[in-house]
Amino acid sequence: MRKLILHMTLALVLAFACASVAFAAEDIKVGTTTSTADTGLLDYLAPMVLKDTGLTMRWIAVGTGKALEHGKNCDVDVLMVHAPGAEKKFIAEGNGVSRAEFMYNDFVLVGPVKDPAKIKGKGVADSLKAVAAAKAPFASRGDDSGTHKMEKNLWKAASLPVPDKDSWYIGVGQGMLATLRIAAERGAYTLTDRGTWIKYEAKDQGKSGLTILSEGDKALLNQYSVIQLAPKCTNIKHAAAKKLEAWFVSPVGQKAIAAFKLEGKQLFFPNAGK
Amino acid sequence: MDYFSEGLTKAVALLLALDPETFSAVGATASVTALALAVSLLLGLPLGFALGHFRFPGKRGARLFVDWMLSLPTVVIGLIVYAFLTARGPLGEWGLLFTVPGMAVGLTLLGLPIIISMTATAVESTDSRLTDTVLSLGADRWQLLLATLSEARFAMALAAATAFGRIVSEVGIAMMVGGNIKWQTRTITTAIALETGRGEFATGIALGIVLMIVALVVNLLVGLLRGRSSETGRRRA
Repeated sequence: MRKLILHMTLALVLAFACASVAFAAEDIKVGTTTSTADTGLLDYLAPMVLKDTGLTMRWIAVGTGKALEHGKNCDVDVLMVHAPGAEKKFIAEGNGVSRAEFMYNDFVLVGPVKDPAKIKGKGVADSLKAVAAAKAPFASRGDDSGTHKMEKNLWKAASLPVPDKDSWYIGVGQGMLATLRIAAERGAYTLTDRGTWIKYEAKDQGKSGLTILSEGDKALLNQYSVIQLAPKCTNIKHAAAKKLEAWFVSPVGQKAIAAFKLEGKQLFFPNAGK
Repeated sequence: MDYFSEGLTKAVALLLALDPETFSAVGATASVTALALAVSLLLGLPLGFALGHFRFPGKRGARLFVDWMLSLPTVVIGLIVYAFLTARGPLGEWGLLFTVPGMAVGLTLLGLPIIISMTATAVESTDSRLTDTVLSLGADRWQLLLATLSEARFAMALAAATAFGRIVSEVGIAMMVGGNIKWQTRTITTAIALETGRGEFATGIALGIVLMIVALVVNLLVGLLRGRSSETGRRRA
């Protein structure tokens, strides 16, 4: 009896081991950010990419900092990220060869309806100055994500020091939704990408008392690019990566991106070659 | 409270509808756990037995090291394994990063110290009179070994169950080394982390309930095996 059990266990383990190493041949590993995955954009585009190019997208969705690190280490075939400054540095350091801008969405500054720092209707630089002057609570992603990088640049652009240990500045160290929830609990302002905000608002329906206070400023534009990795990455699929980029900047790909809706609202705006 | 009742109904719905994404995550969890646990047992049982049974110089140091490894944070194990498996790391050419076997490597590092430490304790605490009795009955060294193993088998089963619990519920290593890739390395726990990040709390709870059900089934099976083997043991005695 005991032998039988042992054999059965071994057979099961072997079966699992075999099943797990069987992979399809045309997979492409896309290092990307949580925003493209969490909004459902990639789930929506993947079947079209497969139909037109024969590539099955397998995405690893992490913060931009980590995604760039994956690209630097040749752990993915291609990158799809949104931090132009960091991307240019990435390429300058020889980790990538090209970046193709293909779409954007934007950030919005949200905060409590009561608006203690009186920022409603102001541009983003003036808003941040008002928040800092009033020492009103501000929740920051604090995780080196694209959104966090954007926030730090906005403080600098407003010629303010990036807050760190200030008592009103809350470094969350988590994803955007978690940060929004914390901002709501603490009555804090925060910077969010519009996609996450739309999802949050659809669920929350104004119950938490957060609302958009500053939007539409040019400085709040959030540009996404496809990055081809350096030839030093000899282990990855460069040809497939180029094929994927070609689809994203093609009229078909651009139209598909524009047609993607979240809670009935367009979220990403194609801008390849502009 | 809403989240919980909603999660409970959703869990039942996911299971009854044989939801492909959920079952893919269950499959990934099952294969990675089976692999990691099998390797942990294959290496850990003999090592733990040796550590508990034999006297050798440096034994206390080895024991201290194993017990120390029990408190290694999983996120650090994840980082270390990533550093080894990344394409530019020492084992990069094996192509294990973002695969199920790669995750199993990390989870084995989590399970192995548990198996070694608990097996060693079990073997150490078998009655020392056993050795004298068995030897006085004229047993050779192999028979002594078998007798000790047979005495310690329930404690070893407990070690396996403990390691199973830690491995199946792990999320840091699975996320870092597996990459949470849909249909491939997305386990139940990384799927829960994803759904929580998305604000889909009810779906997260539903998946948590699914994990608990899977774990319950495994524990029931192990319990059944233990019941059977203790019966045969009694019959022989």
